[in-house]
Order: sequence, then C-alpha cells, then structure tokens
Amino acid sequence: MSTYRIQGATGDWEVVIGLEVHAQVTSNSKLFSGSATAFGAEPNSQVSLIDAAMPGMLPVPNRECIRQAVRTGMAIEAQINKWSRFDRKNYFYADLPQGYQISQLYHPIVGEGSLTIEADEKAGIPADKVIGIERIHVEQDAGKLMHDQHPTMSYVDLNRSGVALMEIVSRPDMTSPAEAGAYLSKLRTILRYVGSCDGNMDQGSMRADVNVSVRRPGEELGTRTETKNVNSVRFVMQAIEHEASRQVDVLESGGKIVQETRLFDPTSGSTRSMRSKEDAHDYRYFPDPDLLPLELDDAFLEECRASLPELPDAKRARYEGELGLSAYNAAVLTADVDTFAWFEALLGETASAQGKAPAEVAKQAANWLISEFFGALNKLGKSLEDSPISHEQAAELLALVGKGTISGSIAKQVLETMFETGDNAGVIVEREGLKQESDTGAIEAKVDEILAANADKVAQYKDGKVALFGFFVGQTMKAMAGKGNPQVVNEILKAKLG
Amino acid sequence: MTDLTELGVAQIRDGVAGGEFTAVEVAEAFNANVAAAQAALNAFIIATPEKAVEAAQATDAKRAKGEALGKMGGVPIGMKDLFATFDVQTTAASHMLEGFKPQYESTVSQKLWDAGAGMLGKLNLDQFAMGSSNETSYFGNVISPWKRNDGGNAALAPGGSSGGSSAALAARLCPAATGTDTGGSIRQPAAFTGTTGIKPTYGRCSRWGVVAFASSLDQAGPMARSVQDCAIMLEAMAGFDAKDSTSLDLPVPNWEAALSGDMKGKKVGIPKEYRVDGLDEDVSKSWDDGIAWLKDAGAEIVEISLPHTKYALPTYYIIAPAEASSNLARYDGVRYGLRDLPDGANLQDMYAATRAAGFGPEVKRRILIGTYVLSAGFYDAYYTQAQKVRALIAQDFAKAFEQCDVILAPTAPSAAFGLGENVDDPLKMYLNDVFAVPASLAGLPAMSVPAGLNREGLPLGLQVIGKAFDEQGVLNAGLALEQRAQFAAKPEKWW
Repeated sequence: MSTYRIQGATGDWEVVIGLEVHAQVTSNSKLFSGSATAFGAEPNSQVSLIDAAMPGMLPVPNRECIRQAVRTGMAIEAQINKWSRFDRKNYFYADLPQGYQISQLYHPIVGEGSLTIEADEKAGIPADKVIGIERIHVEQDAGKLMHDQHPTMSYVDLNRSGVALMEIVSRPDMTSPAEAGAYLSKLRTILRYVGSCDGNMDQGSMRADVNVSVRRPGEELGTRTETKNVNSVRFVMQAIEHEASRQVDVLESGGKIVQETRLFDPTSGSTRSMRSKEDAHDYRYFPDPDLLPLELDDAFLEECRASLPELPDAKRARYEGELGLSAYNAAVLTADVDTFAWFEALLGETASAQGKAPAEVAKQAANWLISEFFGALNKLGKSLEDSPISHEQAAELLALVGKGTISGSIAKQVLETMFETGDNAGVIVEREGLKQESDTGAIEAKVDEILAANADKVAQYKDGKVALFGFFVGQTMKAMAGKGNPQVVNEILKAKLG
Repeated sequence: MTDLTELGVAQIRDGVAGGEFTAVEVAEAFNANVAAAQAALNAFIIATPEKAVEAAQATDAKRAKGEALGKMGGVPIGMKDLFATFDVQTTAASHMLEGFKPQYESTVSQKLWDAGAGMLGKLNLDQFAMGSSNETSYFGNVISPWKRNDGGNAALAPGGSSGGSSAALAARLCPAATGTDTGGSIRQPAAFTGTTGIKPTYGRCSRWGVVAFASSLDQAGPMARSVQDCAIMLEAMAGFDAKDSTSLDLPVPNWEAALSGDMKGKKVGIPKEYRVDGLDEDVSKSWDDGIAWLKDAGAEIVEISLPHTKYALPTYYIIAPAEASSNLARYDGVRYGLRDLPDGANLQDMYAATRAAGFGPEVKRRILIGTYVLSAGFYDAYYTQAQKVRALIAQDFAKAFEQCDVILAPTAPSAAFGLGENVDDPLKMYLNDVFAVPASLAGLPAMSVPAGLNREGLPLGLQVIGKAFDEQGVLNAGLALEQRAQFAAKPEKWW
C-alpha cells in the first residue's frame, strides 16, 4: 500500500487514481478502411470514402487491428472475449465525419486483466503491486481540427479519422502519482514488446484520461474528475498531483467536488474545467447495424498467442536467473524494446566472439552497455536507435577486453574513437598501438624504474602507508602509456614492495 | 413493328441477342417515353438518356463482334436515386444531397452495368426512402399512372419509397428498375402499380454505395413487370461483397433457369393474424384468389400462426428510426451536400441551419423518434425491447416454416390511395406497411405480384414470403400466381 498522502489543513487525504489509456494500434491501415495510418502526412492525404463518411459507405473490420488488440489482452493475461460487438457512440463534431464513433461499449473484445508495477522505494512504491485492468476495447479515432490556418475558419484534417485505438481501462487501483506513472510506463513497455502500439506519446500514439478522487483514509470513494488527453508520464503525474491538491482544497474549504471533465495545461501543470456532468453528451450508444458481431475462433486465438514475444516480467526474471544480472541491470535492460534488443544482439555477438556461453559474458556485456555505452551515447545526445556503431562492432571491442588485448580504460578511449571514425575496434587498437602490455619482463623493468625514482615513497609504504600502492600503479601505468596489463602490474608491484 | 417499350427484360435481352432489334433502338424508345412522361408523372429526378444510349451502343458493338452480352445485355433500366452513381447526381430525393455527384459507383449498380444494363435515369423516391407514397420527396411527388375508374381525376400515390420505380414500370418508362426495401418499399409500390418486385434475403445484395436508411433492414431488389424479369435482374444484382460486412457469402443461384410454377408437394402457409378485422373486402378477396391459384398449381394450403405480427409495426418504427437517426448524422454540412451557414454562425448553428433546411418533415420526424428511443433512460424500454420483439418475430417465421415452404399474404391493406389523403396522419400512412414489415424485420425474401384489380380498377398485390436464402421458392410461388392471375391490365395513357 502506498503511503502517499496529501497533507491537508484538516488532516491526511488518500488519492484514488484510474487511467483510461488510448493507444493507437500499430497497423498499416485504419480500423474500418484501407487508408494508411502514417504519422505526419499531408492533411487529408490518408482519407478514404469511408473515413470521410460519404453516403452509402460501410465499415469493414481490419483483421490486423483485431489481432493486435487480442495480443495486447493476452499480454496482460486478460480474458479474451470470443464474442464482442461494435457500438456507435453518437455525437456531432466537425472532426467526426460519421456523426458517430464506432466503439465497443457493451461487449468489449478484452475483459479483466492486470499488470504488475515494480517496487521502487525512492518513488514511494514499497513493494511490487498488481494493478487491475478492467477492459480493452477497440474504437475509431477522430480527425483533427486546425484553428490556426485561417482567421475566421477552422480546418479539418481527417488523416486520423478512423485510425484504430485501443482503450485500456484500469481499475482505480493506484494511490499515488508515482504508481500511476509506473503503471503508464509499464503499460507502454508491454505495448511496445507486443508491438501493438509504438507508444510514441509525443506523437499522440498514446494518451491518458486520468480519473482522480480523494478521500479520508479508509473512507468511501470520493467524487472523481476526469482529466482528458494527457500525453506524457510526467504530465500524468503532474495532473494527478495538481488535481488531488485542488480537490483537497475544495473539500477542506467546505466545497463539493463536481463530477466533470477537465483539461490539463502542460505549461502551468494545472487542470481546468472543460464540462460538467450536466453538460455531458447523451451518446445514444447502440449496436452498429453495419457490422456483424466479432467472433474469434480458436485457431485465430492460438495464432495470436503463438505470436507473442517474451514479455517484460519474464525477460527480467530470465536476465536475473539465467544470465545472473543484478536486479538493477535486468530492470534497465528490459525497460524498453530497443534496449533489450540491443543487449541481446550484443550478448550473442560477444559470446561467439569470445567463444563462451552467453551467461559467461552477460555481466560484462550488461555492465559495459549500461555504464560505458549509454554514457557515451548520452554525451553525444544519441539513442540506441541512432547509435554510431553496431552491436557487432561493440562485441568486437568487448572481446578485445575479454581476451586481455586491451584494458578497460583503453576500451573507453577506443570507443570514443569508434564513435568519431566509425572504425572497428581492432583496427583502432592496431593503428594506435593500444595493445595491452602483459610481458612480465617489460613491466618489471618499468616498475623497477618507478620504485628507484620514488625511493622516499617506497620507504613510507614500507612504514605502513599502504594507500601509496595506488600511486605506484598509477605511475607505472602512466609510464606505459596506459597499456600495461593492470593485473600483471598489480602482481609485480605487490611482489616488489613485499 | 412491336412497341419496344411494352417488352420486358427477358424479351429485350433475347431480342437484342437474336438481332430482332438493336439495343440502341430499345434505349431510344424508352428515352422517348421517359421524356414524354416526365412533366406529368415526375418519376425521374434526372433522366440520363445519353447513359442509356452509351450502354446500348456498347451492347450492340459486342453483339457485332460476337461477344456474350451479359444477363442484362441491352436492357435499359431506371435506377432508384438511392444508389450512388459515378458522377451522376445522387440525392436520396433530399435537398440535403441536391447536386451531390458521387465519385464512386454502388456495388449493385456497377453489377448491373457489368451485366449489360444501361441507365435511363435516377428514379424519384420518398426522401431517404422514408415514406409509403412518394410524397416526402424534395423533388415533388411521383404521380401514379393509374386512375380510379370512377371517372374522377384524382392523382394517386405510386406507393413508396420506390414510387418512381413503380410508376415508371407501370407507365412503360422502363422495363425494369432497382428498388430498395426497408419495410416494404419494393413490395408496396409494386402492389400499388400492378408491377412485380422482390426483396431478397437480407445480405443478398450489397448495401455498399446505397444511401443508408436503416442498415439492419435495407435491402436492394429488382422491380419489373414479370417474375421472370425479376429473377434475371436479381441474378445480376446479387452476390457477396467484401465491402459490406453484412453481405451474404453465398453463391448466386441461377434463379431464372430454375423457375417453375409447379407447386406440387409444396405447402403454402396462410397466417391467420394477417386476416385482420376490417380488412378491405377486395384485398381479402384477392387473397382468396391467390390461395385458390396456388392450390390449383398443386400446393397444399395450411393455416399458420405468426403470433407477434401485431407488434411488428411498432417494433419497426423503433428500430428503423433509431438506425436512421444515426445513419443520417453524417449530413452535417461539413464535407459535402448542403451547407447552410448563416452570418456569424458557429459550428452548432451551421449544423442546425443545414439540417433544418436539408431534411424534409418526415425525415426530421424519424430522426426525432430515433433519437428519442436511443436516449438515456428510454433505450431499454424502446430499443432493447424492440430488438427482443424482433427476435420473437423472426422466431415466429422460423416456426411457421416448419409447417410450410412459403407464406401467402396480401402485400398492402389497400389499393393505392390518393395523394394527400394520408399526409396529415403519419400513423395511417405507416399502417400501409403492416403486412410488409414482418418479413423485413426477419430479413426474409418476399415479393409482390399483381393479383388483379379492385372494384375501383386499381391493382392489388399478393405477397409471397419465403425462408431465408430461398428466393427460388418465392419466385416459383410468384410465378404460379402470375400464371393464374393473368394480370394484363395497364394504366390508360393520360400523360
């Protein structure tokens, strides 16, 4: 149980949060038409007769969209409804050509499921927590109004009109902004694993309606408000914080919370009223008579199940168990599709480059990826997707370290050069003469020189100032231009200093 | 030389194929009739003589090259103006769509053109197919070519909503026409005009490109002057269409080839609930004639019960307007069709002004009814209840068909009424569909064939209702009736 509380003037308040996430289904064409769905196309260039609701046009369900919704349901271990149906939600707006949105009110395709958010002490999530998911249904997106194209008119872009969305409705199981943030992140991760949504929140592929209410601990649920279309994890958390405080202020000053729809303003981080329940539309939902009920057969379900990838929780457990990674590293590497894909490719290459089993090189690869490679990318302001080097190249570098050809610190230098030139690690090491010196005789000679030149420090060391050991290592390495094998240097120094 | 406009589909098809006359001669003959009758009958919203000639020329050219001519080769037809026709104004008889030229062709009309038919024009209808008399058309009502034999000159209704189709057929302006039937819109006008029409099983003909009225009921079908002609044209219109999710994925039978008026071994059900108190005497008598004819054709007559019949009309008048209220929401002035944008109007004002100006009173009435029955607090009492009753009505038919092969009933409770007689009383108008609506709700094939004239000299129709997918059974019973009714009456030309 989260310990998150709003400290009001009259005591503590608990927050209750539920999220309705709209996730754009990854598919080449729209839910009921053959139009393309690419983001950023010229306005009204991806509009079919159906999307524009010309007279006599009829919707035909897109199998791929249905498949993606079912796979998503399976990924959250939800009940898949073999019989579902589309309903019309009727309202007038200029971005809604049909005058109704085809959705699923009464019989959604996916029923009860759940996902687990991980413990995060720092964020105030003391233990893993299961968040219930009530349902997933599929529906059409609306078009977009553009108010900045003409002084007195609004323009309509129907490219989005009819694009398939999954509405993923959580239970009101979250009790802090952090939990809501973790839920949204986890959901996004799962969607991206499954490949049913690209999760690009800045492009609007994923957005959340945030339901918030407050209550005294242990009391009945309070009246909730719904803040619409919040499009980042951070904004969701901000909206909850603001909305919960606002509600507490209202209640503590003797007011009542009005059930209403609110808007989030990202610049101020606050919410404001959009319309109250009294003004709410009567959507006159009824089964869409243009569409037959959606009936899924076992073969289809089996195909959906078989196509599911290893999911985040399972992958994380495997990284910790089979590969022996730390919980932290496993969490970092499984947090996103791009990351684990890179890691797994690197792992495979590294294992084969070094002739070892993946489990034997997993730690090396994970540590290097997280502490060296991510840092280097960050410095360049790049992501894995646009990494200047491939995982084959990275594996070669790691193999050079693994075989003792270069040291870890030289590896950093080599990586930088690789980023700059795109050359392979072996080529750079050869060209710049960076091979590590492991020859005992050569190292001994250098050590002798250093010890002779620093006789005073040797005496201090022998008197018990053992911290000077590092000084000798540093001096030796410096004299060898960083190429001395650190292990051998250590051993020889220890022997010579007694 | 024969008057080509007296010929039906089969005769024209065979005559063109056999070289007795050319398709162009046929098209020109009908074009002339269309032009001559337009002022008096108003059967067409627009005539497209050039389209008819163009298609006919193509057919003649094919024949010259010895190519096959298609099921409807050389046959010019009227197209109900509910079917979208490429670049040809398609209005649904509404001001809302006046001037609208679709850049697409409905599946059904395309199939007809592919089968060799040509278009004489777009036929008038009740606005958005809502009406039983053609009086709701924005483009003026169609006048039936029929007159009562009382020496009076009262203008009569051609029925509705396919009233342009029925009037044009009776007046020999076309040998065949498309119709659509949501709650009797093919059968009732056919009955009123002494013509023949079949509404096939729901899903037989694609709804793609047909302006929607009530999606779960709308079904296209052929109208002609004989059962055989209907069979031929239905073959050309029907077939699975992947663009319509409710389309039946079944092969199209060769109905024409299997036509037979021999009813031996067939059982004909007579629904006792249709024998309502105060049923028009002439209608009742024609029903008895029908029973006798089918007996004569070898059928066994059985009494059946369709106990939920009395709920059919109210059920229909909940479901159809509910669907219509949603289907017609797209006519909002934003993308096509009428836009009424008063000075300083905002979006809501534009919607209100556009829809106030674009829709006629009957359309508005049904949108209001439909909006009401779907609204919060009323949905269960009306819409949900109506869906339950609809299921019971379908069940009635399923049970009845355990005892019989087809059902025989009157098509409409009366012959054609005078224009204006029912306009002020929507309920009375709606009652016209009382015998037609049950088969629509159950999605069953049903046809109307002329049975004779009443004492006023006006045609009466008999309705045959069949099992789902059994258009053949319906057509065959229709043929048995047709062979015995020997209906040869036609309106005396006054236009």
